Amino acid sequence: SGAKPISHSQITRLYSRFTSLDKGENGTLSREDFQRIPELAINPLGDRIINAFFSEGEDQVNFRGFMRTLAHFRPIEDNEKSKDQNGPEPLNSRSNKLHFAFRLYDLDKDDKISRDELLQVLRMMVGVNISDEQLGSIADRTIQEADQDGDCAISFAEFVKVLEKVDVEQKMSIRFLH
Amino acid sequence: KEGMGCEIKLRSVLRTLHGSNTCCIIERDETPMEKEIASLHRMEFQFSDIFYFCRKGFEAIVEDEVTQRFSSEELVSWNLLTRTNVNFHYVSLRLTVVWVIGVIVRYCFLLPLRFTLAAIGITSMIVGTTVVGQLPNSSLKNYLSEVVHLTCSRILVRALSGTIHYHNKENKPQKGGICVANHTSPIDAIILTNDGCYAMVGQVHGGLMGVIQRATVKACPHVWFERSEIKDRHLVTKRLREHVADKNKLPILIFPEGTCINNTSVMMFKKGSFEIGGTIYPVAIKYDPQFGDAFWNSSKYNIVSYLLRIMTSWAIVCHVWYMPPMVRKDGEDAVQFANRVRSAIARQGGLTELPWDGGLKRAKVKDSFKEEQQKNYSKMLVRNGSQGSLSAGTESD
Repeated sequence: SGAKPISHSQITRLYSRFTSLDKGENGTLSREDFQRIPELAINPLGDRIINAFFSEGEDQVNFRGFMRTLAHFRPIEDNEKSKDQNGPEPLNSRSNKLHFAFRLYDLDKDDKISRDELLQVLRMMVGVNISDEQLGSIADRTIQEADQDGDCAISFAEFVKVLEKVDVEQKMSIRFLH
Repeated sequence: KEGMGCEIKLRSVLRTLHGSNTCCIIERDETPMEKEIASLHRMEFQFSDIFYFCRKGFEAIVEDEVTQRFSSEELVSWNLLTRTNVNFHYVSLRLTVVWVIGVIVRYCFLLPLRFTLAAIGITSMIVGTTVVGQLPNSSLKNYLSEVVHLTCSRILVRALSGTIHYHNKENKPQKGGICVANHTSPIDAIILTNDGCYAMVGQVHGGLMGVIQRATVKACPHVWFERSEIKDRHLVTKRLREHVADKNKLPILIFPEGTCINNTSVMMFKKGSFEIGGTIYPVAIKYDPQFGDAFWNSSKYNIVSYLLRIMTSWAIVCHVWYMPPMVRKDGEDAVQFANRVRSAIARQGGLTELPWDGGLKRAKVKDSFKEEQQKNYSKMLVRNGSQGSLSAGTESD
């Protein structure tokens, strides 16, 4: 669909990476397999990121699922920015990248970020260093600024509006070296 | 100290890879947290803050600096061993024929020859040291013990077709000192004893290893600990301190990483070795992976399969650099001293330095690193007063 296809060597490398993470050698990764990556384990949002790989109720992800989730982080090439796209939107479009980020906040998957959910994610990011009151007021302010329809929750459309000036493509992309 | 400082150091290290064969898959963005998040706004929470953590997480999933050190290094060009044929594919009939000849040579000629030599070496070691051990303590006993150890070591190195290049022999560890080196395989000890005599330090094992340990300790004062003793750090330090204090005793050989790393980097040195005192003689060992992979991936291979792989490689080629002795400076604590020695070894051997603990091979990473990141992010959210005045690089350790 107009996207620069992923190269054979990149797939091979990612498969090699997948198998090296798969300690149980059963062709799937569990949450523990991800937790074994130290840099991911110390990431405050590590658990949310790992969760993104697993579908509802599943606790194993195969290579296809692994690649699907990673696909969100492919850089958007220039020719993809053209308006006429006939096929389904590629996973790494700006909209889908934003949707991915939205889902990191939306804990109960009801397509809305409630105050509670925002608080929980904030708590993950700040740990014990900020009091409940302060965190609450940060959450309130954030929701107030973004909320347009007055339901004290952020829908995906409101989310997109808030981030319209942010270079999502650059911040949510990983470049392969070869 | 670790955590954020660790992240920044990681990035600067990534920039200065010493031409080792680490094949990076992706381009890591090295912008620190402050610049990336704060550049967007005035120090308040924004929904886009999540992007930073998200991308860092995915970068780590695709490629991380730590877990790759616990598996064998990838080669740039194939060396005709199937085991390194991970990313290379069938090329031609001629190459396959050459490979088959290689297999026959390695398994039918080299392996039996090496196995015999190894058996001779180990038997001589056990018999020789037991015999010498019967003698009363005297300079003659010490001399004979050294001869036995050296000779058997040399036989064992030949058994592995080892070609070792020693550099800067004038810096060889002296008696009463402590020799520290980076750890890649159990063979490291033999590589070093090939050129000098050391007092080994380690845990008592069962089986053949136990027999060797019990025999050699009669001839030469190696320091073997029972399993229960090794948990008591003070006991260990005390015994080692006593050994080092006696200037007539052979230098101790210690591998402060505590576990085998794949010889592309040097991981955190445990501070215990550096609390004993005395003079440290750093040694850097770098294997040439083209002839055979010396790294012992203990989660994948047991010791027997490991030795089999070693004995069916082409050869073990390595370089050993003896480095000038180092002592702890005034005001320097054990950890700083350990890091200083580690940097010196990494620089000499052309290895990268990683602040991560080799123990991560098996254990989970400490929560304190995550807490460090959370703390730094919190600082950005609730900075009092000045807006937009970011003083770069002021994150405290």
